[in-house]
Amino acid sequence: MKLILSSSPHAHAKNSVHSMMRDVILALLPAAGCAVWFFGMRAVWLIATCIAASVVTEAVCRLAMKRENSIGDLSATLTGLLLALNLPPDLPLWMAAVGGVFAIAVAKQAFGGLGYNPFNPALAARAFMLISFTGAMTTWAFPRGYEAVEAATNATPVDAVTCATPLALIKKGDVAQLASLKSLLLGNIGGCIGETCAIALLVGAAYLLIRRVITWHIPVSFLATVFIFAFFKGGVPPVFHVLSGGAILGACFMATDYVTSPITAKGKIVFGVGCGLLTMCIRSGGGYPEGVSFAILIMNAVTPLINRYTQPKPFGRA
Amino acid sequence: MKTVKSSFKFHGGVHPEYHKDLARDKAIEAIPLPGTLVISMSQHLGAPAKCLVKAGDKVVKGQLIGEKGGFISANVHASACGTVKSVELKQGAAGGYANAVVLETEASDETAYMPPLDWKTATREELLKRVDEAGICGMGGAGFPSSVKLNPPPDKHCEYLILNGAECEPYLTADFRMMLEHADRIRTGVEIMRKVLNGPAVRIAIEANKPEAIAAMETAFKDIEGNVEIVILPVLYPQGSEKHQIYATVKRIVPEGGLPIAVGCVVENVGTVAAIADAVTLGKPLIERVTTVTGDGVNEPKNVLAPCGTRYEDMVAFAGGAKENVRKVLSGGPMMGFNVADLGISTTKTTSGLTLLTEKSVFQYSSHACINCGTCLRACPMNLNPAAISCAVESDDIADAEKRGVMNCIECGACSFSCPAYRDITQNCRRAKAAIRARIAREKAAAAAKAKG
Amino acid sequence: MVAIWIAVGVVAAVGAVAALALGIADKYLSVQEDPRIGLVTAALPGANCGGCGFPGCDGYARALVAGTAANGACAAGGAACAEAVSKILGVAASATERRVAVVHCCGTRSNAIRVGDYNGIADCASAAAVAGGDKGCRFGCLGYGACANVCPKHAISIVDGLAKVDKRLCIGCGKCVNVCPRKVIELVPAKATLHVLCNNPLRGPEVRKVCKVGCMGCHLCEKNSGGKEAGHFTFDGFLAKVNYENFPTDAVIVEKCPAKCIVEDAHFESGH
Repeated sequence: MKLILSSSPHAHAKNSVHSMMRDVILALLPAAGCAVWFFGMRAVWLIATCIAASVVTEAVCRLAMKRENSIGDLSATLTGLLLALNLPPDLPLWMAAVGGVFAIAVAKQAFGGLGYNPFNPALAARAFMLISFTGAMTTWAFPRGYEAVEAATNATPVDAVTCATPLALIKKGDVAQLASLKSLLLGNIGGCIGETCAIALLVGAAYLLIRRVITWHIPVSFLATVFIFAFFKGGVPPVFHVLSGGAILGACFMATDYVTSPITAKGKIVFGVGCGLLTMCIRSGGGYPEGVSFAILIMNAVTPLINRYTQPKPFGRA
Repeated sequence: MKTVKSSFKFHGGVHPEYHKDLARDKAIEAIPLPGTLVISMSQHLGAPAKCLVKAGDKVVKGQLIGEKGGFISANVHASACGTVKSVELKQGAAGGYANAVVLETEASDETAYMPPLDWKTATREELLKRVDEAGICGMGGAGFPSSVKLNPPPDKHCEYLILNGAECEPYLTADFRMMLEHADRIRTGVEIMRKVLNGPAVRIAIEANKPEAIAAMETAFKDIEGNVEIVILPVLYPQGSEKHQIYATVKRIVPEGGLPIAVGCVVENVGTVAAIADAVTLGKPLIERVTTVTGDGVNEPKNVLAPCGTRYEDMVAFAGGAKENVRKVLSGGPMMGFNVADLGISTTKTTSGLTLLTEKSVFQYSSHACINCGTCLRACPMNLNPAAISCAVESDDIADAEKRGVMNCIECGACSFSCPAYRDITQNCRRAKAAIRARIAREKAAAAAKAKG
Repeated sequence: MVAIWIAVGVVAAVGAVAALALGIADKYLSVQEDPRIGLVTAALPGANCGGCGFPGCDGYARALVAGTAANGACAAGGAACAEAVSKILGVAASATERRVAVVHCCGTRSNAIRVGDYNGIADCASAAAVAGGDKGCRFGCLGYGACANVCPKHAISIVDGLAKVDKRLCIGCGKCVNVCPRKVIELVPAKATLHVLCNNPLRGPEVRKVCKVGCMGCHLCEKNSGGKEAGHFTFDGFLAKVNYENFPTDAVIVEKCPAKCIVEDAHFESGH
């Protein structure tokens, strides 16, 4: 039996890329569960389609690039799941599949795979789909049990009715129709399938924080910035801005993507504040009602710069 | 004398599995004199010693056989009586080659120790000279000559003498057993060092996972006079690193590139302190040490008292032999130990342990691309950016690595240990440091050549 | 219509201002450069290998024009290049002879033993720092390709754990020689046909323990090349070395070498 020769250390913690990705997927399960609860089989099909498209694309790309297969690290599965949770419930499945292929082939593997992509693949795909399939990407079905629908049109099949997301209502100034705080927390509102239930997302985020997969810096600075901006802007109570749209999903699961966010604690706070500011700027002044995706994508582009100016100072350096 | 808990936490650090239970309850056992000793002339940090013997010479235990080869260097003595078979280049644990005396030993009680000194009446200079002559160097791993540590430059004053009993390296229990079984020698050593350093305050730093050692030290130092404290450190790797121990005990930060004396501290390993006591009270040079032979690859893990120069194969045989499925042999522990390929290598003054690992505890890995997760930044006790340094080295940008402070790296391995992508971060840092040292040496040589004409 | 004319006017005005600025800048900010630098750079091979000791061909050209470098330091360009440069600058070229790199080791995976499985950075210096390297022989090629990585011409490939040089591609820049931690690569005259592919100066039995094809210092090569007086070989410990000032060519030497470590120029082609 030959000896193994290697440089120290000769011990390793029980973590790996696989285990970290697995933890994020586990943390997203409550949100995925809520998506299924509120939007039914549509959500199941969307999630399945996106994951399948992502994983297959990953395998095909690696094969074409003659590199080792990397679906085992679960990053493609995670990208697929995140993408699905960022899609409206009534989106045609073929569009979802196109999004999954784009996320992996263009936004990730074209740059060399996990670790080299400058932009969050799921968000890049969402931005691509928002521009390509604008209509389908901005049509929101009522979630099951939507209060207003229940009261008015009990017999109408869910799929046939569209509703406005809270953010669209805020934008229109239609504050009267705005959902209650309770609905926002539970997810009983219109929106992307995974972003509506704040409680499920926060449970997942807490799991990631406890497992030390993510640190508090980005989610807290992101959401705090949104809150403070909304507070000074006036209008709806600031907590509505935090709980509606993709703010929580974005701050806890998308902005914290390792590859595309700064590496130091200081940098993460700069990044989070930047995301929050851009999100609110787009929400209040931009053409779209929601700005989380674009805010994160823009900050992704700035990440190398933030890294450059937020290097840690060695212990003992004056 | 009092016992306090450390309340200063340095940045970073990791929690490896300690596995100290393998040998922590095994009392120190002396190895029967091996037939052959291979005594290296480079057992310490700094210039190798100049060999004073040649093939055919008879030597006596304790006789000077290597004279220190510079200011930062240490004497080497014969660890046993016998005949010099040859003087040849031999590989050391770190992979480099150095001159070594191959000694055919013979059983004899004869010794050539120096005359014993009474430390209470001896002068500071006499004691310092004794430590120098006895070839004592740091036994924790780095092997920095103690006589240099104990003789700070005139403009520096030692305010704290810190006794390093942290032993944060997994598996190893040699220092732990020393504290348990030889507390009296450690106390004598401390009193000698205190005298040499003109009465600094003493801090005995021990990790909280060694309550027996803390108790033993409390008993031994119960009635000592002056400012002496036992500081219980939180269990955290690398608590035994000099700079971090200074921070954890007295909250001082050693400046970049500086020695502990820059902040008025001298740190010495507990084993070294006991060796200093022996050098003074018995006149015995540093010719033997306690080495933990451990790991799941040896049949009977043990704490072995062995003469310096004992070959690893003899050490392992004394510990019941190696198991068949050993895949890794380490000089030291798994975090900072050197991988060796050959059991013919012999122990030195700095060999604190031999760890043999079987298939079960050894991992072979392949590295993934860096995912920028920042785990290494959070683990790095020197607050560096190991990920960026590693990437810079991989693209041969040594200048960038240097700018990011790679020379501060203490090679503790916390980054590689915690990296989810299994990247060779520590090895890359080592590579950068070697390249930078080589460049500095080249520049020095060029400057010297220029000055010459 | 008015709008179009406004646009045309604005663009024309911007163009005029920019043109004026460029004209002024050209007059006042221009740098006078010796035109010979461009000519010399063009005459150099443009490999930017750094073998001359200057930062790329442009750096060498500047040094040549400034008179601080000797003509003929470009190994890649060889005599033809030196001649072209001397035509431009009017300085004599120092004699150059084409030199190529040779790896003095033939310890392939099957020939030389490996004492362990190295797991770490694929870099020779890093591998050598772990337990002195995984190769039993501490003088031989480790095969982790540090030389191949620095070669500007991709002339070196790692085949069966051993570096091999494609003589046709090698420009003799010497980068590989400097990077090798085992110092097993040497620049030799391209005309030399016989090489001792071993770098281990230890006694025969020591060599045999780690390698099937290592030189044992039996001096048979010396005998077969006309004895010590002929001066075709020198010895370092128990290692024969070809004297490249006076290299042997007799194929008998190869046949009679009991260790099979003297070879006639291996026509290795890297495929690049």
